[in-house]
Amino acid sequence: MVRLQDMTRISPYEWVISQGFRSDMRVPVRLFATQEILEAVMEDNSLEQAVNAATLPGLVGEVLVMPDMHQGYGFPIGAVAATTYPEGAISPGGIGYDINCGVRLLASQIKIDAVEAELDSLATAINHHCPSGVGGDGVVRLSKSELETVCRDGSRWAFKQGYATEADLRRTEESGRLEGADPGKISPRAGERGRPQMGSLGAGNHFIEVDVVEQIFAPEAARAMGLSEGCLVVQIHCGSRGLGHQVCSDYVDRFQAVVHRYGIKLPDRELVCAPLNSAEGQDYLAAMRAAANYAFANRQVLAHQARLAFEETLAGKIKHWQLHQVYDIAHNMGKVETHVIGGKSLKVCVHRKGATRAFGPGTPGLPSEYRSTGQPVLVPGSMGTASWVLVGTEASMQRSLGSSCHGAGRVWSRHKAKKSVRGETLRQELESAGIHIRAGSMAGLAEEAPQAYKDVDEVVETVIGAGIARKVARLRPVVVIKG
Amino acid sequence: MNASSFGYREREHTADWELEAWAPDLPGLFEQAARGMYALAAVRLKDGSSLSRTLSLSAYDSEGLLVAFLAELLFLGSAEHGEGGRLGFDSFDIRINGNALHATVSGAPILSLDREIKAVTYHILKIRRTAEGFEVNLVFDV
Repeated sequence: MVRLQDMTRISPYEWVISQGFRSDMRVPVRLFATQEILEAVMEDNSLEQAVNAATLPGLVGEVLVMPDMHQGYGFPIGAVAATTYPEGAISPGGIGYDINCGVRLLASQIKIDAVEAELDSLATAINHHCPSGVGGDGVVRLSKSELETVCRDGSRWAFKQGYATEADLRRTEESGRLEGADPGKISPRAGERGRPQMGSLGAGNHFIEVDVVEQIFAPEAARAMGLSEGCLVVQIHCGSRGLGHQVCSDYVDRFQAVVHRYGIKLPDRELVCAPLNSAEGQDYLAAMRAAANYAFANRQVLAHQARLAFEETLAGKIKHWQLHQVYDIAHNMGKVETHVIGGKSLKVCVHRKGATRAFGPGTPGLPSEYRSTGQPVLVPGSMGTASWVLVGTEASMQRSLGSSCHGAGRVWSRHKAKKSVRGETLRQELESAGIHIRAGSMAGLAEEAPQAYKDVDEVVETVIGAGIARKVARLRPVVVIKG
Repeated sequence: MNASSFGYREREHTADWELEAWAPDLPGLFEQAARGMYALAAVRLKDGSSLSRTLSLSAYDSEGLLVAFLAELLFLGSAEHGEGGRLGFDSFDIRINGNALHATVSGAPILSLDREIKAVTYHILKIRRTAEGFEVNLVFDV
């Protein structure tokens, strides 16, 4: 058990668990958190899981944990860890089952005042055009060869099919296509699961939300993103669906035997890993990239469908109903990146599990419009509460491997949420607050109740206080679509 | 100590679902874990229709076998497996020989389910021997 006295307070927003805390730790753990956040997470196993993550072979620097941390499996949610490339380890559980789960933000010049009466119709149209729910089929049923193309080309496939613009691709992490993806490294079952689900939201904490830009904090960055106060934006939160879940399951299973072969000892079997330069590590990397490309394409198709819903509801009623992409960013991903660690420029494999890439101004690979502002960091809050648009900073590059938080982070178990909250009552409360809800399951709605999450404002104030992000805009929800 | 010689119950987990299952023997433990998984997802089967499937699985060890068994049921319960829609099971004839499993499972198409389980994890997974038999804690990614 990790106690507050086991940590060194670096600032009101940063704490360190030294490498000496447990003999099997290979690096220290740095927590971006206030004392209040730390005291709250001590009620679950987040901190023990962070210490466990610090035992992976080949780690460099520190294991970093964001303020939206909570207990997961293997890694805690909110963890970032870098291993040396190519001899360090890659851990599928350190990336997660929903490979390239992420958030896409679309902006508009639609004033909320002009469309208040249309919001309910808009909710219905989005719900109609964007399939959601437990295991549901998507907009497109892919043939076997189309699936291979999607896994290789990601959003580029969507562009060729007419689901994307060039600007969409430019404003997506890695332009919506990870190099090195190999659909031959995903199992037939993963392919089978992925074929019917292209363009679907899924269930759980995935959602589509229409929000209003409530306040702008950094006008120059907001201008670059096309965000205007009082105007509507759309957030899409989902990932690689059954295909990604199957890829992770397959490799976590395969790696169970591999760790013994490479003499790797771990405190939790969910941390299983293989050296990046092993055949198994290379296979997983290629399969993970294929799943990530599927997720980029999935969010792209859903963005197209959201645009159809806006057109159907608002065209002819207002002049500018179009949605343009602000950014699309993953928060469950493994990426080979170059970072300065311990004063040296190192090529590393960065595992981000429930953490968002947050590249600062001037970082290579950012689209030209974000080169001087830093990369947009999208931080959805819990259902019915605010969300945030941030940007990465120079400090995020120096101190958090170009990473920041990804959301509010749970505090209640799903069990407690469903015992404490009635889905129908919650729906009525949100509707009374002016939020139009479409939900596939009242039980699922209850599990995602705002009370089950931390205060996203407190999470954001922590990363701002630590300097690893900068505020751009705060968003307020008006339409929520849940699977 | 559990009051009954076999069963399952949900345990608190912040983000995902944790299940505890127990039974006098290993096949019984696998059955209880499957029943618990279906209960967590609130699976309801169609009345008046029955079907069965035969499963033959092997794994690195007993825990891996349990993950493989539950993952197979999850797949058969998904919409994507292309054999007549989602299938759920409420009758289990399970034989385990070392790290291999042979089972005949019977059930029906799934009428409805409330929640989606993405995967069965290895987190904290250890089948424990007790005075009464076996017990295990499982974490499901949701």
